[in-house]
Amino acid sequence: MVSQRLLREGVADETDLKEIIPPDYALDKGPVAVAECFQEIPCNPCSTYCRRGAIVLENINDRPIIDYDRCNGCTLCVSKCPGLAIFVINKNFSEDEATVTLPYEFLPLPKKGDVVITLDRYGSPVGKGKVVRVQNTRYNDKTPLITVTVPKDMIMNVRNIKVEA
Amino acid sequence: MRIESHPILEFKRGHALKFIFDGQEMIGYEGETIAAALHANGVKVLSHSIKEGRPRGFYCAIGNCSSCLMKVNGTPNVRVCIEPLRDGMIVETQHGKGVIK
Amino acid sequence: MINTDVAVIGGGPAGLSAAIAAADMGAHVTIIDRNHELGGQLLKQTHMFFGSREEYASTRGFDIANILKEELKERSVEVLLNTTAVGYYKDDGVWALEEGEDKFVKLKAKKTIVATGAMERHLLFPNNDLPGIYGAGAVQTLMNQYGVMPGKKVLMVGAGNIGLIVSYQLLQAGVEVSAIIDAAPAIGGYLVHASKVRRQGVPILTSYTVKRAYGNEVLEGATIVKVDEGFRQIPGTEIDMDIDTMCIAVGLNPLVELLWQAGCKMRYIPQLGGHVPVKDEDYETTVKGIYVAGDAAEIEEATSAMVEGRLAGLNAAHAIGFDNGNYAREKDNALKRLNALRSGPVGAKIRNGLLKLAEEAV
Repeated sequence: MVSQRLLREGVADETDLKEIIPPDYALDKGPVAVAECFQEIPCNPCSTYCRRGAIVLENINDRPIIDYDRCNGCTLCVSKCPGLAIFVINKNFSEDEATVTLPYEFLPLPKKGDVVITLDRYGSPVGKGKVVRVQNTRYNDKTPLITVTVPKDMIMNVRNIKVEA
Repeated sequence: MRIESHPILEFKRGHALKFIFDGQEMIGYEGETIAAALHANGVKVLSHSIKEGRPRGFYCAIGNCSSCLMKVNGTPNVRVCIEPLRDGMIVETQHGKGVIK
Repeated sequence: MINTDVAVIGGGPAGLSAAIAAADMGAHVTIIDRNHELGGQLLKQTHMFFGSREEYASTRGFDIANILKEELKERSVEVLLNTTAVGYYKDDGVWALEEGEDKFVKLKAKKTIVATGAMERHLLFPNNDLPGIYGAGAVQTLMNQYGVMPGKKVLMVGAGNIGLIVSYQLLQAGVEVSAIIDAAPAIGGYLVHASKVRRQGVPILTSYTVKRAYGNEVLEGATIVKVDEGFRQIPGTEIDMDIDTMCIAVGLNPLVELLWQAGCKMRYIPQLGGHVPVKDEDYETTVKGIYVAGDAAEIEEATSAMVEGRLAGLNAAHAIGFDNGNYAREKDNALKRLNALRSGPVGAKIRNGLLKLAEEAV
């Protein structure tokens, strides 16, 4: 059952997120994927592109449940998710910063080192972050991945960026 | 308004073509439809309804709905949403059912 | 007169898949498309497809069109572009085709697969005919095939997959989307699509409909209004929208004129998109030799349309007597994939519709 907010507005609420937030031991070890895919839809690329067997779907309609003993936050699934619903969060990027890696299919694309506005699931600004990595290879197939710094307590809040003109 | 940059698509436009819309010279590109070229030139009203004379634009853009019928090189009832633009075309707003010569 | 084993009318996802499958079985296939290029509506799909690897998941729609076109080339399928199937002569089983303008030719096929797709519905409200009010698919064509923006500020009507996807594509093209509204109390499309437009800042207003549009010669604005559970407008809840474009994405209707004309038994099944042909498990309609696949059979996703096309192609070729030795295995595999795609909660509507069609077929 997904929340009324998600059904009506397209924004996951705490009850939805509670089910998918990685356990502390996983967050402590480094980057991990978070699949914000709350609905059973016929789709399985996250599973087929994962090289570590961290997402196993018995039925194509199953929701992706990430095995955090196997997931190492490699990002291979992120640009292959047709719903752009997978993010990689790294709580231990540095002493006082975390990062969020997100798919970003808009122009202009930020460059490494740029400071961008960070947005939440409503698209509302929540702060600023520094772009520490841009992945835009053939594999990403025009779904570039942006890794941006966020405060440690914002890894489950920042889900988009805005590049200032 | 034409899209100049796009995160996914590259638009490889063909040669520029001149055409006349209701007496006015306009530029479009080879490979696009008359409706696309008109829209890029800011023209949204393509025809008028037969009974009430209400303005009509395209609706489906794939040749199904007949909302975009215009007179092209003298021929009425051309579905401009699927008709390719050609150099020197004379495109006119159609009023009424059109007359086939 | 053109003679062929299998004629496929419509070169979209279903038709291309049907042609490939029938050619693989060994049939001579002729594919007929009224457009100047094969691919149908795949050509304007810039998003990645769902499904599994076999349905080209994670590949963008226009790339899938190119893959299928390549496969067609390898199998030397005969392709008639800029050609419209305009009628069917029941007595001698001949299709009338119009090539370009004013040139008519006859085609006789041992089996025909109708894969004509669908067209966008409209919605009733005052001034719904103003230029600037377009089908969402039309806007996709304008933007993604011709690189032309529909306007500056858009209201999207319909939060199904088409409404959500086209909203996202409008944003990618640099067009502002003021809101996405839907009369239903919940989002109809995939929630992942909803979330990705929502985090771009686009509000999604469920239980809202269009009260009226206004404008002199072209659309200049619209008033939206909240509706109750009975879809009645609630006075005092109006919101004025400053927009120059409205996209209608309230569903599709199967394009079935040829099937009506051929005398196929048709049934009205709302879950399948309207009037659809009665068909057997081989995708053959009640008129022997005429098969159907994709949105012309029932409104669903392009992924399932491709699998259906495959099934219709396999069965049509096999019914003539062609078999490369893999027919049974290929058919079984396609049926399993189709059932898997439809087996979840989002497939419930299609499953119910197909059950209803089977009941009413008699």
